[in-house]
This record gives sequence, structure tokens and C-alpha cells, in this order.
Amino acid sequence: MDSALIDHALILAGLLFCIGLLGVLVRRNIIFMLISMEVMLNATGLAFIAAGSFWNQADGQIMFIAVVTLGAAEVAVGLGLTLLLFKRYQSVDVDNLKQLRG
Amino acid sequence: MLQWLWLIPFFPFLGFVLLVSASGKMPKSLVTIIGAGSIGLAALVTGLVAVEFLSNELTFYQQNLWIWMEVGNFQPGFSLYLDGLSLSMLFVITGVGFLIHIYASGYMHSDDDFPRFFTYTNLFVAAMIMLVLADNLVLLFLGWEGVGLCSFLLIGFWYKDPENGLAARKAFVVTRVGDTAFAIGLFLLFKEVGTLDIQEAMVKAKTLWSEDNTMASVICALLLGGAVGKSAQLPLQTWLPDAMAGPTPVSALIHAATMVTAGVYLIARSHSLFELSPEMMHVVAIVGVLTLLMSGFTALTQTDLKRVLAYSTISQIGYMFLALGVGAWSSAIFHLMTHAFFKALLFLTAGTIILSLHHEQNIFKMGGLMKKLPLPCVLFLVGCLGLIAVPPTSGFWSKEEILNATWMSHTGGPLIWVGAVLGAFMTALYTTRMFCIVFLGEAKTEAHEPKGFKFSAPLIVLAILALVGGFIHLPLEGALPHGHAAHPPMIVVAIAIGLPILGIIISYLFYGKQFFSAEAVANSAIGKPLRKFFDSGWGIDWLYDTVLVKPYIAIAKLNKNDLVNILPNTASASAQILNRMLSMTQNGQLRFYVASMAVAALLVIALVVHL
Repeated sequence: MDSALIDHALILAGLLFCIGLLGVLVRRNIIFMLISMEVMLNATGLAFIAAGSFWNQADGQIMFIAVVTLGAAEVAVGLGLTLLLFKRYQSVDVDNLKQLRG
Repeated sequence: MLQWLWLIPFFPFLGFVLLVSASGKMPKSLVTIIGAGSIGLAALVTGLVAVEFLSNELTFYQQNLWIWMEVGNFQPGFSLYLDGLSLSMLFVITGVGFLIHIYASGYMHSDDDFPRFFTYTNLFVAAMIMLVLADNLVLLFLGWEGVGLCSFLLIGFWYKDPENGLAARKAFVVTRVGDTAFAIGLFLLFKEVGTLDIQEAMVKAKTLWSEDNTMASVICALLLGGAVGKSAQLPLQTWLPDAMAGPTPVSALIHAATMVTAGVYLIARSHSLFELSPEMMHVVAIVGVLTLLMSGFTALTQTDLKRVLAYSTISQIGYMFLALGVGAWSSAIFHLMTHAFFKALLFLTAGTIILSLHHEQNIFKMGGLMKKLPLPCVLFLVGCLGLIAVPPTSGFWSKEEILNATWMSHTGGPLIWVGAVLGAFMTALYTTRMFCIVFLGEAKTEAHEPKGFKFSAPLIVLAILALVGGFIHLPLEGALPHGHAAHPPMIVVAIAIGLPILGIIISYLFYGKQFFSAEAVANSAIGKPLRKFFDSGWGIDWLYDTVLVKPYIAIAKLNKNDLVNILPNTASASAQILNRMLSMTQNGQLRFYVASMAVAALLVIALVVHL
């Protein structure tokens, strides 16, 4: 992989990450927040794959598997919390949780 | 028997421990038995010890209990020292103390805090005995502060009235001034002599210093400061009249018979030191004579029965100081004893009168009590005669000795003698005035005399002692140097005896017969301001109030927020502000957390990249 390609791949990963972060920041719907986080995770996965390919190392792909595992675990916990949130408030708005003030 | 000496302070202390651990849950009868009984046992042991001590003609007996503390070569022991002087004091403390305790068990019986009263008085007696039996000045100081504490607690015994608490605090603070001087005196003495063992220090001081040594004078002056505070002499006498806020048996026990004479005991105990400094002895005599004159005039204008007695106590202790100042050491202790008899009698009788009139203390609301309270009247009369020093009551013998010694002594002299005799004349005036107003004239109130053995027996014993106490021979030869053997001219003696009797007659014409009007004199152009001046205690309270108390309060108010506190307060305030700022970030907004994490991550990355 030449250096121009890695630049493009990393810029794409950065853009995806920013889009995901923006989504987490502006969305109040917890499901959308989880989806945006998934986008962020995949952005990092893309960066790992690109870097691994650039250095001709398998580490990048190993890290991607770790990221995917992390993402699966995160979704499992996140959806569980979403269910609880919905049960209590009949809504998926995370701002409902602020009354505890931390 | 002599080895039982330690039991004398032990019994009252044991009584205190028992009473304090029962914490008021004991029945009153048991409290009486423990409270008065412990003092009775102490008196009994004193008697046994005295018999052995005197029959063996010992000059002193020392009992080392244990070493109190060890710091280098400073090793004050917990040791007792018995000689003629401490034995004489023990007679007064345990004997008169026991009688007063019996009386108090009747007087205080209806009080809710009956056990607390005996707790304090037992601790007081234990501390007072330690004071007179102490072998070194540190132990003496322990007893000295112990009695001061008990005095404070007992003046404020009825603490629910803020006035009483104020009087207690005043007594504590004013005597503290003297105690500070005393403590500095002890430090100086230790620095100069190297020991605080009383006998050793006295011997060393005699070899170390010649007469008129400055250091000896300074130490004497500081010890005198302590004595003046404790014994309510000029200029620290202001606390004693207010101390009458306490129960009357306390006034009799602490503020007449025992604690206030501790200063006299201290000076008598360190007489070797004072003999090295004739000028300080002269000062002691002047303090005594000024105090007795001042309080004599003030007593003449008081309207509260107990305050009259308080001022007369100050004045009689003035006589004791005068005796010490002119080198009549044993006369001072003799007067201490006779004064304990007649003044305890007067106070306890006054207590009976006050109780009969439902706590009325104003003498102008009494009047004509002779028929209603015949026994207290006779007893009070005996006490008054002792106070005036009418021959042959006990007061006469002791006061006569003091007046004669004053005339003859080189630290006294005729001028001081004139003051002392004038004081005796004043004593006759105010005592007769008090007696006439209370017992003669028309009856103004109903009186319900408290009956019973507890009210009469101690008083009768004290009255007998006040009458014949002058014939008691105190075993002071080995402990104190002899007074002057020579007698002053007959005319001097005659004036000293005659003036008080003249005083009685004049006072009787004024207040008994109403032959002259005391009111007319008091309301005349000269009389009015003078009366006001005397009534205020020669304005000394006012002086201290304006010079010391008010500026102090003003400064305290000015510094209400305490300048020194600014530094720690700033630290705590800034910590609070930081805390508030940090807790604001904990707002529960999930998206805010995400944003702050993102910003922080950005900052960290920027830092890592640029550094």
C-alpha cells in the first residue's frame, strides 16, 4: 500500500469518527447514540486495518477483531440499558437520566 | 498514728469519688452520711494525729507517698509535711469544715442538687488539706488551684441564674491574676534556689541571700500577688463580695473560714523568705491595713446581709495580712482560727435567718427578728462580739495581739497602728449597725425558723468556740518564729480596747435607739457622694470595668472575625469554591460528558503532538 492510499484511508476514518462523535453529541435518542458509537468504532477499525496494511503487519487485523468484540459487548450492554431506560420512562431520551445529577 | 496522716486528705477525696460516681442517684440520707461523714473521719484522724504529734513533742513529721514526676533534678514528691502550722490549719479545716457540713446537710436538704453540693465540698476539703499538708510548693499549688476550682463551681452552684455564673467567672478570673503571679514566683524561686521543697528552699534562701536582697523581694512580691488574689486583698478583693452568690454554707466554709485564708497560710509558710525582705513585709502590712480600712467603710453602707459579712471577711483577712507584715506570724494564724470560728458562726446564722425569711437578704427588710428568732439572735450576737473583738471573746485575744505587735514592729509602727485601730472602730460600727437593723426595731416580715439538730448543734459548738477560742493554745512554736515579747505602752492598749466599744455605743445610738438619724448623715452634702463611693467598694469595680473589662470587650468585638483566622478561612473558602466548580460538571447530562471527554482527548492529543 502506498502512502497516498493510507492518507485517504486515514482521512476517511477521521471523517467517519467525527460524524460518529457528532451523532453521539447531538442525538438524544439513545439508539441513535449507540449507532453513532458503532460508526466511531468502525472508523477506528478502518484506521487499524489501513495502518496494518501499510506496515505489512497482522497486528492491525488482530486489533480490528478486538474492536469488533468490543463493539459487540458494548451493544449488548447498551441495548440492555436502553430496555431499562424505556421501561422506566416510556421513552428513549437520555436526558431523562439527568435528574440524578451524576 | 502518725503514719495515718495520708488518710486526712484521703477521706474527703474518697467521699468525692463515691459521690461523683453515684452521679446524683444516691438517696439523700446516704449522701449526707458520705458527704459529712468523710469530713468527720478526717477530723477524727486529725485529732488522733495531733495527740501523737503533740505528746511526742515533735517539730515536724514528713510522709513521702510517691514521687509525683521526675524531670532531671526536679522531682516533686507527693509528700505530706506536718508541723505546728499545718496542724493548726488542719484543726480549722476539718473541725470547722465538719460543723459546716452538718449544717449544710440541713440547709441544702430541699435542694435538687443536694448530691452535687457535697461532691464539690468534699473535693474542696480534700484540696484544701493537700494545700496545707503539701511538702513542696508544686503540691501546694495543686491544692491551691483545686480550691480555686471548687470555689468557682460552688459560687456558680445555682448556675441557672446567669448572675451567679457571672460571679463565679469573676472570682475565677480575678484569682487567676494572682495565681499567675504566684506561678511566676515559683518558677523564679526554682531557678534561683534549685528546689521547690518548702523547707529546703527556705534554708537555701537564707544562706543564698542576705537581708534586703532584690531577688528575694521580687519572689516575695510575686508570692504576695498570689496570696492577695486568693485572700481577696487590695487590689484583687473585688471577687469576694460577688462570691456571695453561692449557697450560704459555701460562704462560711470557703469564703470565710478556709480558702480565703490560704494566702495567709502561704505567707506564713514562706516566712523565712519574707524575713529576708523587710520592705516586702512593710508592703504586706500596708496592703493589710488599706484593705481592712477600705472594706470597713464599704461594709458600713451595704444593704445585703451576706455582703456586709463578705466585706467584714475581707477586712479581717486584712488584719491577718497586717499581722504577717509586722512579723507577728503566730498572731496571724491565731486570728485566722478565731476568725474561722466567729465568721463561720455569723455566716451560718445568717443562713438560718435568710432561710427563715424565704431567701430575703436585704437587712432593711428584716428588723425586729429578736423575738421571732431568739436562738439565732443570741448566736449572731456572739459572732458579732467576736468580730468586734469585745473582751473576752476569741476575736479580742487575736486582734489585741495583732494591734500590739503592729505598734512595736519596725515594719509596722504607730501610723499603721492608727489605721488598724480605726479599722477596729469601723468594725464595731458596721457590726452593731447590722445587728441593730436585723434584730432590733419593728418587725417587718414573718419568720419561719428552720428547726432541728442540724441547724442548732453546729452553731452552738461554733458559738462556744467563738467565745472561748481565745484560750486555745496553737502549737506554733516549732513552726513559726516568736513574735515580739515587749508590750506597747498602756495607753496604746487602752485605746485599742476602748475604740471598738465606743464604736458600739455610737452605732447603737444611730441604729438601735435612733437617737441620731443615719439617713440624715447619709443624705447630707458630704454624706451622699461619700456613701455612694463607699457603697461601690471605693469604685474599684468601676475602675477595673472601665480600664480593663470594657476595652477588652471592645477589642474583642472589633476583632469579632478574628484577624488570625483569615489565612485558614481563605484556604477553606477556596477549597469550597473549587469543590462547587467541580460538582457543577457532574450534571447528569450524558452528552455533556461525551463532549468533555472529546475536548479532553483533543487537548491531550494536542499536548502530545506539540511537546
